[in-house]
Amino acid sequence: MTDPLVWLIVLPLVWASVAFLLGPSRGARLAVAGLGFQLLLALDLTRMLMTGGPRRYAVGGWGAPLGIDLFADGLSAIMLLLVQSIALLLAIYARSYFKPGAASRHFWPMMGFLVAGMNALFLAADLFNVYVTLELVGLAAVGLVAAGGEAAQLAAALRYLFATLVGSGAYLLAVALVYGTYGTVAIETLAPLIDARPPLAVWLAGALMLAGLLVKSALFPFHFWLPPAHGGAPAPVSALLSALVVKATFYLILRLWLGPFAPLAAAAVWLPSVLGCVAILWGSIMAIRTRRLKLLVAYSTVAQLGYLFLIFPLLAPDGIALQAGVLQAVAHGLAKSAMFAAAGVLIIASGRDAVEGVAGAAQHLPLTLFAFALAGVTLMGLPPSGGFLAKWLLIDAALLQGQWWLAAVVIAGGLLAAVYVFRVLRQAFLIVPENAVIAPVPRVLEWATFVLAAASVLLGLGGMEIVRLLGVGAPT
Amino acid sequence: MSLNELLPLAVLASSLLPGLVIFTLPESSVGLRTTLNLFGAVAKLALIGVLLAGVAAGQSYVFRYAVLPGIDLVFKADALALLFVGLSAVLWLFTTLYAIGYLEGAPHRSRFFGFFSLCVTATMGIAMAGNLFTFFVFYEVLTLSTFPLVVHRGTDKALKGGTVYLAYTLAGGAVLLTGIVWLHNLLGHTEFTHGGVAGTLGMEKAASLRWIFLLLIAGLGVKAAIVPLHGWLPQAMVAPAPVSALLHAVAVVKAGAFGIVRVVYEVFGVEFAQSLDLLTPLAVAAAITILWGSGRALFQDDLKKRLAFSTVSQVSYIALGTALFGPIGTIGGLVHLVHQGIMKITLFFCAGNYAETLGIHKVSEMDSAGRRMPVTTLAFSIAALGMMGAPFTAGAVSKAWLSDGARAASMDWAILVLWASSLLNAAYFLPILWRSWSRRAPAAAWPAEHIPMQGWRETTWLLLLPPLVTAAVTIAAGILADTDFSPLAWAKLIAAREYLESAP
Repeated sequence: MTDPLVWLIVLPLVWASVAFLLGPSRGARLAVAGLGFQLLLALDLTRMLMTGGPRRYAVGGWGAPLGIDLFADGLSAIMLLLVQSIALLLAIYARSYFKPGAASRHFWPMMGFLVAGMNALFLAADLFNVYVTLELVGLAAVGLVAAGGEAAQLAAALRYLFATLVGSGAYLLAVALVYGTYGTVAIETLAPLIDARPPLAVWLAGALMLAGLLVKSALFPFHFWLPPAHGGAPAPVSALLSALVVKATFYLILRLWLGPFAPLAAAAVWLPSVLGCVAILWGSIMAIRTRRLKLLVAYSTVAQLGYLFLIFPLLAPDGIALQAGVLQAVAHGLAKSAMFAAAGVLIIASGRDAVEGVAGAAQHLPLTLFAFALAGVTLMGLPPSGGFLAKWLLIDAALLQGQWWLAAVVIAGGLLAAVYVFRVLRQAFLIVPENAVIAPVPRVLEWATFVLAAASVLLGLGGMEIVRLLGVGAPT
Repeated sequence: MSLNELLPLAVLASSLLPGLVIFTLPESSVGLRTTLNLFGAVAKLALIGVLLAGVAAGQSYVFRYAVLPGIDLVFKADALALLFVGLSAVLWLFTTLYAIGYLEGAPHRSRFFGFFSLCVTATMGIAMAGNLFTFFVFYEVLTLSTFPLVVHRGTDKALKGGTVYLAYTLAGGAVLLTGIVWLHNLLGHTEFTHGGVAGTLGMEKAASLRWIFLLLIAGLGVKAAIVPLHGWLPQAMVAPAPVSALLHAVAVVKAGAFGIVRVVYEVFGVEFAQSLDLLTPLAVAAAITILWGSGRALFQDDLKKRLAFSTVSQVSYIALGTALFGPIGTIGGLVHLVHQGIMKITLFFCAGNYAETLGIHKVSEMDSAGRRMPVTTLAFSIAALGMMGAPFTAGAVSKAWLSDGARAASMDWAILVLWASSLLNAAYFLPILWRSWSRRAPAAAWPAEHIPMQGWRETTWLLLLPPLVTAAVTIAAGILADTDFSPLAWAKLIAAREYLESAP
């Protein structure tokens, strides 16, 4: 039991349970320590993958089909690194963010279960385990939204719960159909079994899976649950959900699309990208119009998720579109967690969740504002950020395949993002009256935010590392 | 990593690192901030001195870093890069000195100087970019780092100017990006090379290449303020005077003009661009801009707005020179890149002095300003005469080479445009000079006198010295144009390399 694959799942389960028993203050310290150690494990796994190629581990030595297999390639390693590093910084942030109380008592255990669920999802090697992890992630996420306890948060959590249950229900039904047809749910075994003319049950399974996962990924028009949930939860929760949780289901769609269901993919190839285009435009317009700061950031997520789904018709052996999608997932994860964290700081300072409340931030919270701006640079896809590289690759892939309109949507989406980002930044430069009340903000909140934002920009210099890691066992 | 790779990075770092440290400094540490600023500026000049000597001797300075497969960040300090780098670095030093005097006691100086340094870093990146990818990266960084400077004062008017600035430049950036990715798609790379790289695609791709040229020039034309993309420039003059100097002379409009030079000579290649019939439309666009800018300047009563429209007009001289097929026009355009910068920065320094010392913002308030501020007005007069192309100034050299270039390219209509523009320049500058030197003020009171006379000194030292020095340089660049170390000599070196080394 020394394999990092196992520990990446077990460790967060352990500290989540202990944190529940110990209470929030010691639980927080434990979570930070656990996440720090997990980050080291993920780095160690990355090193092993770079030298040894994809890695498989049979839990308890049983092996599939009897036991549970864990599997990691470059794509899983990227997602694991992303989750551990963002969760670590957000844990440090949350320690100072939460005042002692009910919200924080539930926060640490549920964050642990959420991280464990995501890690397990990235390492799962069969469709049924994926279902288990999906439920774990979904329920922990709903719990985090509800933990605030306010009426609006509970309503948002219920809506979220409904969406996530419908999504995983559809997924489970699909798994049953697949199992009924082929007698196995192991992804590796399924891949050679599904051909271009599968039975109707498998077509149905593919459609159910895609629909269920799209609901969970909040792709337009299934985004209805996202803005209230992400815009209403406490800042660290919003950051976790927007940066990571919606990416987990995107990862799954990508993995299944490129893997066992590749023969069926041609039938639906335009669907995700058309929805993605509408998501970019709709999410941006809503972000431009809303008056609440956190809702603006949440609608920005709706728009940014759209980019992830543009890649599907462009996936080709050259791997450019895949690189674009993964870079966008990583860049957006870092930037969006930074932006929600920054919004949290700005709201503490001004005492209200409004774009207007940002006025004067250039004066009294320069570091946070700078972080917000850096995150905005990534979302707008401007250089030198990671978001820029993603958009460059996306446009490149679109032009290579003659899909002009996709390139045009990417460019237009960047400009729309500029409108909502600068709506906030512009406000921050306004001069506020001397007597305005500004609540003090712990420095650690500002710095954790800044580190996340800076990472999203510096990613622009590390594109090669991501591409190289993605090449390990690349599902082309 | 060898020294030749390290030097371009050091040029970037000499403004980036001081800038980052300055951000963290508290408002009160004036001494440390000033030291860092000046140390960075002087160190940069020293580094550029080394590079100038090396490039003249035929050394090459290239740094390359892979960002994605097939996409590199490349910094190349070649002769053309150094023309822009040198100009910006020299003017940065003077602008910093001026800004220290100008902002004395004003709030948020750490933020101001931090972004100021970032702007200069971005300009260095634009100048030394070795391919369009790198160029674009720094082109956008420049946009982002100038925004906080334009809105620095935080007033509604400043925010409006800043928003207009962003709307134009970000949209321009998007257009530019489209052109660059498209070109990258056709070529597989976007390296700048003497004689251009697009020619390898041949005439089969002529239609695509024409579109790409249009996209690139439109994207660059926003910053270069080519009509009708110039709307942001007069709006952005709400910014403090040092920022206007930065926008008009050191960085922003120059970045656009410089990009046009790179695209024409080193992406398309001037001969290939000519064979695609791209140069004449560019020359026409430049000519329209020259006349339109000068025409609009005539009717501005706001001094800085008049100067802004003058910039619109003058910067297009560079594009015009670039579009004149032949080395003489090239030299004229390149040398004007430097000359316009020196003259225009003098004018903005002086405009800032009038505003800070006496509260004068309008031409109609300038009666007898020359008697109260003779030194500033002398500098202003020299630069204004230079803009008109008066003998013994830098402007005369630019205009002579541009006219000769137009004749050599047998585009005689361009000579007429240049003459007409000179007349218009005279028509909007001479009334200012006449008012300030010879008209008596109706009453003794200035709009708002902030800085009283101290002996013969009409305003503070730091406001007075920079325009005086740049005015002196305006004359020196005119009189000493034929010496080996003038901007003209360097422009000739660049033209020689572009035209001779490009022969296949």
